[in-house]
Amino acid sequence: MIITLEAVYSFLGIITLLGSVYTFLDRKNIRRFTSGLFYLLYGTTLLLGKILPPALIGIFVMIMVVIAGFGGLKLGHYGENSSEQRESSRLRLKNRLFIPALLIPILTVIGSEGLIGVKWFGLYLFDPKNVTLISLGVAALIALVVGLMITKNSPITSIKESRRLLEAIGWAAVLPQMLATLGTLFDRAGVGKIVSHLVVEVIPAHSLFWAVFAYCVGMALFTMVMGNAFAAFPVMTAGIAIPLLIGHFGIEANRIAAIGMFAGYCGTLLTPMAANFNIVPAALLDLKDKNHVIKIQMPTAILLLAVNVMLMYFVAR
Amino acid sequence: MVLIGVGIVIIGFLLRLNSLLVVTVAGIVTGLVAGESPYQILVEFGKAFTVNRYMAIFIATLPVIGLLERNGLREQAEVLVSKMRAATTGRLLTLYLFIREVAAALGLSAIGGQPQMVRPLVAPMAEGAAEAKYGDLPDDVRQTIRAHSAAVDNIGLFFGEDIFIAVGAILLMNGFFQQNHISANPILMALWGIPTAISVFLIHSTRLYLLDRALKRRLGNHVDVSTISMREGMPK
Repeated sequence: MIITLEAVYSFLGIITLLGSVYTFLDRKNIRRFTSGLFYLLYGTTLLLGKILPPALIGIFVMIMVVIAGFGGLKLGHYGENSSEQRESSRLRLKNRLFIPALLIPILTVIGSEGLIGVKWFGLYLFDPKNVTLISLGVAALIALVVGLMITKNSPITSIKESRRLLEAIGWAAVLPQMLATLGTLFDRAGVGKIVSHLVVEVIPAHSLFWAVFAYCVGMALFTMVMGNAFAAFPVMTAGIAIPLLIGHFGIEANRIAAIGMFAGYCGTLLTPMAANFNIVPAALLDLKDKNHVIKIQMPTAILLLAVNVMLMYFVAR
Repeated sequence: MVLIGVGIVIIGFLLRLNSLLVVTVAGIVTGLVAGESPYQILVEFGKAFTVNRYMAIFIATLPVIGLLERNGLREQAEVLVSKMRAATTGRLLTLYLFIREVAAALGLSAIGGQPQMVRPLVAPMAEGAAEAKYGDLPDDVRQTIRAHSAAVDNIGLFFGEDIFIAVGAILLMNGFFQQNHISANPILMALWGIPTAISVFLIHSTRLYLLDRALKRRLGNHVDVSTISMREGMPK
């Protein structure tokens, strides 16, 4: 293989590590050492995750969590363009600004569909097992080069800008990876099995419809409780979809995964636990009732949940 | 007992503790309950964190997105959105729903957002469209229109995003199935999301049509061709 997934992870690691150097030097950041350390460790796990012993990565992760959990992550100064500068370059570039951004999905699809199995000097160009992720990494790199050509900015500017974006996301950048990690840990501890026992007790045996119903509604309810669908997906899928839908009824995972996740999103629309989406906007918009956005979303969410159940049932049949 | 981890997540999120901390504590406790040593737990965390690095792939897009934002990407998106012309509040929000959903499906979820787009642009424009038609609006109508503006942004984002293969949800599903040795393909998973994405657009645009009808019933055919600017609809 010429380009492996590890090469893409190295790209991510290098971006993050280079950014952390600027964080250590950022005097405007009142916690520049802990903030810098957070991104240094994160970048290291991305770059060297395969090489370093797992226990050491575990320690790095714990240090990152402690930094993030106790206020060690602060924002600094990012030397952004002023709004006048942004306006003048916007007027120069107009809709060309969208070209590099759109190149990412287009090239990713072309790469994943077109370059699977393509060989060069007898070697696979992309690792066939991870062709989508590698295509995305390569697409992002090409888009970056095109972006640099269009904007005539230097590569260093793009590193600084990616640091700005990453630090604006902050610890939330690591959260999806941690939720996936928690899903893996839950799975190993057998949380899914308990869910599946509960479900098998309740639903009529061998009923495809009720298995689909339990999975979709379970995703929505568990998402409402946990506040996001990422934490619910591994548990409900390990508990219901894998043993019943995929195992017992033999349905292809590809066909039901997205619908299951969408059923979870119906739950996200209904829960104050997803504060970013449902509670914060109410404050931003001066709404008197902080659950007003949820109330507006409720009919769409419930109807769509019903649609998801039906869709999954027909896809599965 | 194993469910104690789920309980910790719920309590932690209810208390609004730092989510990263809550998730980690839930993982540690789940490991302890399962009878693992602290060292084993560290190893498990390290392994799982490494296996799940695919969730970080969005970092690859940050340099180019940051570069474009530096050169006015958001402002250009704002200009395009502010050019939306629609006769009614419902149609305006339907148009924004469409833009938001399609943009998210193309991986441009940075276009839109509650603080960036809804508060300064979409909500005032939606209110402005109703004002242009019915004159001054009662306060509860204003509140409903604003809540609808926020809802449209969420709905467009959630159900558009999963069609883009590099988004967290698809990667999470792919990684989860891989770890469970079940064959999965991100592109096919994204494609099977399309029927839901279309359904939600149909459902929600119907509701926005009904919103227009409700506004008309409530506020009548009073045509007030006042000179209210579309952007000044929101009181400070």
